[in-house]
Amino acid sequence: MSRESLINAGLIGGLLAVPLAALFLDAPFTITLATKVAILALAGVGLNIALGLGGLVSLGHAVFFGIGGYAMGILASHAQSFSPLMEWPLLIEGTKSMPVIWLLAVVASAFVALAIGAISLRTSGVYFIMITLAFGQMFYYFAISWPAYGGEDGLSIYVRNGFPGLNTLAPIQFFAICFVILLAALWFNARLAKSPFGLALNAARQSAVRVETVGLSPFRLRLLAFVISGAITGLAGALFADLNRFVSPTMFSWQLSGEIMVFIILGGVGRLCGPLAGAALFITLEHFLGGLSEFWLIYLGALLLIVVLFARGGIIGLLAGRKVAHG
Amino acid sequence: MSTLLLAEQILNGLQFGVMLFLMAAGLTLVFGVMGLINLAHGSLYMVGAFAAAAVAGWSGSFLLALVAALSAAAAAGALVEVLVIRRLYARDHLDQVLATFALILIFSEGTRWLFGSFPLFLDIPDALSGPISLPGGIQYPLYRLALIGIGLAVALGLFLLISRTRLGIQIRAGENDREMIAALGVDISRLYTVVFALGAALAGLAGALVGAIQSVQVGMGEPVLILAFVVIVIGGIGSIKGALIGALLVGMTDTLGGVLLPEFFKLFMETSAATSSGSALASMLIYILMALVLFWRPQGLFGGAQ
Repeated sequence: MSRESLINAGLIGGLLAVPLAALFLDAPFTITLATKVAILALAGVGLNIALGLGGLVSLGHAVFFGIGGYAMGILASHAQSFSPLMEWPLLIEGTKSMPVIWLLAVVASAFVALAIGAISLRTSGVYFIMITLAFGQMFYYFAISWPAYGGEDGLSIYVRNGFPGLNTLAPIQFFAICFVILLAALWFNARLAKSPFGLALNAARQSAVRVETVGLSPFRLRLLAFVISGAITGLAGALFADLNRFVSPTMFSWQLSGEIMVFIILGGVGRLCGPLAGAALFITLEHFLGGLSEFWLIYLGALLLIVVLFARGGIIGLLAGRKVAHG
Repeated sequence: MSTLLLAEQILNGLQFGVMLFLMAAGLTLVFGVMGLINLAHGSLYMVGAFAAAAVAGWSGSFLLALVAALSAAAAAGALVEVLVIRRLYARDHLDQVLATFALILIFSEGTRWLFGSFPLFLDIPDALSGPISLPGGIQYPLYRLALIGIGLAVALGLFLLISRTRLGIQIRAGENDREMIAALGVDISRLYTVVFALGAALAGLAGALVGAIQSVQVGMGEPVLILAFVVIVIGGIGSIKGALIGALLVGMTDTLGGVLLPEFFKLFMETSAATSSGSALASMLIYILMALVLFWRPQGLFGGAQ
C-alpha cells in the first residue's frame, strides 16, 4: 500500500469514526458536521473530475450544486403542499422520496452541464474560468428573481425526505446515506481515472495537440468529464438541501463555487481523497475558528494563500510527498 | 413607455457602462500585460469606496474623498502586487484564482473588522446634487451625468496614456514580448507594479464614484467584478477598446433589458406574470449576450487569436 492509500484509508476511517463516537457520546451536532463534510467532499469529488483529471478550472460549479438543491426543493415543496408540479399533458406530482429526487438532481445537472460545457469549452484558459463564473451568476440572479419557488427567501422543507427502509430524521442514518454515496463516488472516481476515458482525459490535459493527433477529440472528452463532474456535484447539492431542509439562491453563489475549489486545493489537486481532506479541514476550521473569532475567514484566507504560494500539494501532498505526477 | 423615460434609461445604461469600464480597464490591462487573472480586483473597488466614505465623513470634502480613494486603492494594489501577486505571474491560472480568492477573504473580513458590518454612506457633493434639465425636457440627476463625463474622460486619458506616452509604449511592448523589453533595459517588475497600481486606482475611483449612489458595504465589489469579467470576455481580454465597447454593451443591455422586457412581456401576458418573468429573463440577459458573442467569436469582439 502506498503512503497515499494509507492516508486515504485513514481519512475515510476518520470520517466514519467521528460520527460513531459522537453517537456513543450523544453529540448529534457532531454527526451533522460529519454529514456536512461528507456532502461537501462529494461536491468536491465532482469538481475534481473536471479540475484534477481534466484540468478544467470551473469557477461555476455552484450551478450544479444549486440545481441539485432546487431539484429537491421543488419536488419536496410540491409534495408538502399536495399541489402537482404539472397537470398537463401528463400529471407530475411532487415527491418526498430521496432516490427520485437524486435521479432528477443528477439528470438535471447533467443536462445543464452539457449546455454550459458546450458553450464554455469552446474557449480555454482564463476565458473558461470567467465564463463558468458568469454562468454561475446567471443562475444565481435567475433564482433570486424567479418568485415561484421562494425567490430571494428560498424554500423551506419541513420534514427531511425519506429513503426506503431508513429513518432519515435520525442524524446517524442520514450520515450513513451520505457516507455510502461519497464512497461510491470515490470508487467511481478511482475507476474513471484508470479507465481508457480517464487516461485520454488526462492526456488531453497535458497536451491537447497530441491527443488530437492520435484521433481523439479533446472537446468531447472534456465535455463528458464536465457533464459527469456536474452530475456528481448536483447530487451533492440535493443531499446538502436535505441536510439543511432549506434551499436558497446562495447555493448558486460564486463564493460557494470558490469554496468547493478551495476544498480541492487544501486537500491536494488531482488526489483521490483531496476533496475529503480539504472539506474536513474547512469544516473543522469553520467550527473552531468560527467559535474563536467572528473574522475567521481572514485566517482561512491566510492559510489558503500559504498553501497556494508555498505548499502546492495541499494536505495530502504534504503528508504523502509529491510523488504523484500532476502539473 | 414614454420616450422621456426611455432616454433617461439610456443615460442610466451609459452611466453604468462607463463605471463598468473603469473596472474592466484595470482587469484587462493586468491580464494583457501580466497574464494574470485577478479576482481581488473587486476588493480594490471596495477599498476605494471605503476610503472615500471614511475621508468624506472626516473632512466633508468629496474631492478629498476621491483623492483618498485613488491613493488608497493604488497603495493597496501596489502592496498586494509586491507581497503576493508578483509570485503568481509564472503560476497557472488555478493558483492565481485561488490566491486572489484568498485575498478577497482577507480584504473583505479585514474591512468588516475595521468598519463593521453596517453599510456606510457617501453623500453626493452639493455642487453636483439635484437634477438638471437636458435638451428635450429630460430631467436627469447631475451627479450621474458627471459620472458619465468622468468615465469618458478617464477612457480618453487611458487611450492617450497607452498610445502616446513612454509608459504606454512599455505597456504595449510588455503585452507583446516581455523578455525583449526586459532585455532592452526596462525594469519589468517595476512596470508590473505600476500597471497593477494603475488598474487598482481605476477600480478604487469607480468604487468611490458609485459608492455615492449606492451604499458602501463589504462584498460590494464582487458583483461588479463578475460583470467586469463578462465585459472583458465580450470585448476580448487585453483590449482596452474591447473593454469600452463591452462595458457600454453590458451597461445598456442590463439597464434597458430590466425596463423593456417586462413591458414587452405585458403585450401578451397578464401584468404580474409579465413583470416576474420579464425581470427574471432580464437578469440573465447579459449572460445570454456573452454566450452569443462567444458562440460567434470565442476570443471576444476585439480579442486577438488565443
